[in-house]
Amino acid sequence: MECGVRCPRRRRVRPFCTQTAMYRGPGFDFSNSLRNDFLQHKGVALPKATSTGTTIVGCIFKDGIILGADTRATEGEIVADKNCEKIHYIAESIRCCGAGTAADTEFVTAAISSNIELHALSTGRKPRVVAAMTMLKQYLFQYQGHVGAALVLGGVDSTGAHLFTVHPHGSTDKLPYVTMGSGSLAAMAVFENGWKPNMEVGRQPLSPALPSWYSNDNVRPAVQREEALKLVCDAVAAGIFNDLGSGSNIDACVITATHTEMLRNFVKPNERVAKELKYGFRHGTTAIKSEHIRSLVVSEEITPIRGEAMDVS
Amino acid sequence: MDRIDMDRLKSGEVNLGTSIMAVQFDHGVVIGADSRTTTGSYIANRVTDKLTHVHDRIYCCRSGSAADTQAIADIVHYSLQLYTQEFGAAPPVSSAAAIFQKLCYENKDALSAGIIVAGWDKEVGPSVYNIPVGGGSFRQPWAIGGSGSTYVYGYCDATYQEGWGRGEAVQFVKNTLALAMGRDGSSGGVIRMCVITEDGVERLFVPGDQLPKFWEGHEVLPAAVTGANVIDPVPMAVE
Repeated sequence: MECGVRCPRRRRVRPFCTQTAMYRGPGFDFSNSLRNDFLQHKGVALPKATSTGTTIVGCIFKDGIILGADTRATEGEIVADKNCEKIHYIAESIRCCGAGTAADTEFVTAAISSNIELHALSTGRKPRVVAAMTMLKQYLFQYQGHVGAALVLGGVDSTGAHLFTVHPHGSTDKLPYVTMGSGSLAAMAVFENGWKPNMEVGRQPLSPALPSWYSNDNVRPAVQREEALKLVCDAVAAGIFNDLGSGSNIDACVITATHTEMLRNFVKPNERVAKELKYGFRHGTTAIKSEHIRSLVVSEEITPIRGEAMDVS
Repeated sequence: MDRIDMDRLKSGEVNLGTSIMAVQFDHGVVIGADSRTTTGSYIANRVTDKLTHVHDRIYCCRSGSAADTQAIADIVHYSLQLYTQEFGAAPPVSSAAAIFQKLCYENKDALSAGIIVAGWDKEVGPSVYNIPVGGGSFRQPWAIGGSGSTYVYGYCDATYQEGWGRGEAVQFVKNTLALAMGRDGSSGGVIRMCVITEDGVERLFVPGDQLPKFWEGHEVLPAAVTGANVIDPVPMAVE
């Protein structure tokens, strides 16, 4: 029971005042999340974060991994960035596509990239994809889905090529072809229709004109790469054209054991073309009834009050 | 506050709406699971492996939240590795089950995980432990779990018999899971199974188009209705 009325001088400081005065450490603060859930439930609109309503995909082919992404970032129904980068660097042969809250995907990939670099330095080995995957899932699990990052992680290491999806709550899946983001359904339809193991194009050589000593094994890698790259681009394009949250250009990234190739704006299916008509009014469309020209130049006279001119000799 | 929704699954969380199972037989255990992982109505993974290795002869079947069960299994896997280093011998299945139970019980407010632990150890031979959502732990000769399990309790009760060998146990798991997957919309895909014995772990795989078939119904309308007394449709007269 409070004694505030009878002995006002001994009135206690209210509990919420002590809380505001308390020191708060750096990092995330979830003290308002229950309140915010309640307010949102009551119909109060909470501010929107920039999200990458996205199509991101990944696909295994014979020699490695191909990642793909669109380049649209949205804030609600507004396109916030028409050409953003969604394929993030983790290590030289490990890259990560991000969907969900843009800030979270950007930060979480940067943080894990940093830790992977330190890990590589301390072990003296090239980093593994599972290491990055484990770091990401443990980080995301810790924040129980409040860090809204949905990721496609792919790369090549000493144990081979690996491709994972990481969901915001920290669950992971290992699959030969994956899609994520709002355009994932459209993109997955393309993969389910067109993906083949090892991206085999058949046993015949590309052209009958090729010499007989040119074996299939010599022909296939290049074909597999081109076919897989085309499939990835078709999948992202399906997202770009059928999902409102995705749009603009296609970024791709081809990762093999020896080389990583970042193909920024690999396809630009939405280039703005020159306008066919001009909509300006012709001179003389409006009649001039009178003309009056005034001088808007203000002349000032400055009189120095004290001091003398600087010696510039 | 009239309603703060503390749903067991948070919105957008990946769910293992599942059918899982484990059966003990004379010198081993058979564990099995479907392969469906869902986010809402979307199948996020149709070839999931829910039979998770935690030690050489100890596996677990995961149901509930994918994130929660993966995190738990990772911690148990780590703990059992540590156990092996400390004691220089493989841990008993009961210890693995105890670690699972401790994690599930002490964090019951934050977790949605229903796990079946099964394996072989040299102390008691084959054993199956069921650890349902609250964090209890029950040793059973057979256990089923996940959303699909509710449809097949009757079948399991009516079918199971003591003293089975490997072949009967594998067939029992395969049939039970096929029935569960047929009735539960959140289960489906393929059947994955593991046979764990002293000698090793053997993986079995049943593709989605080769699942055991049961009575699947037939055309409901009797022949009389579709037969002679049906008047042939005549196109509508149009002026």
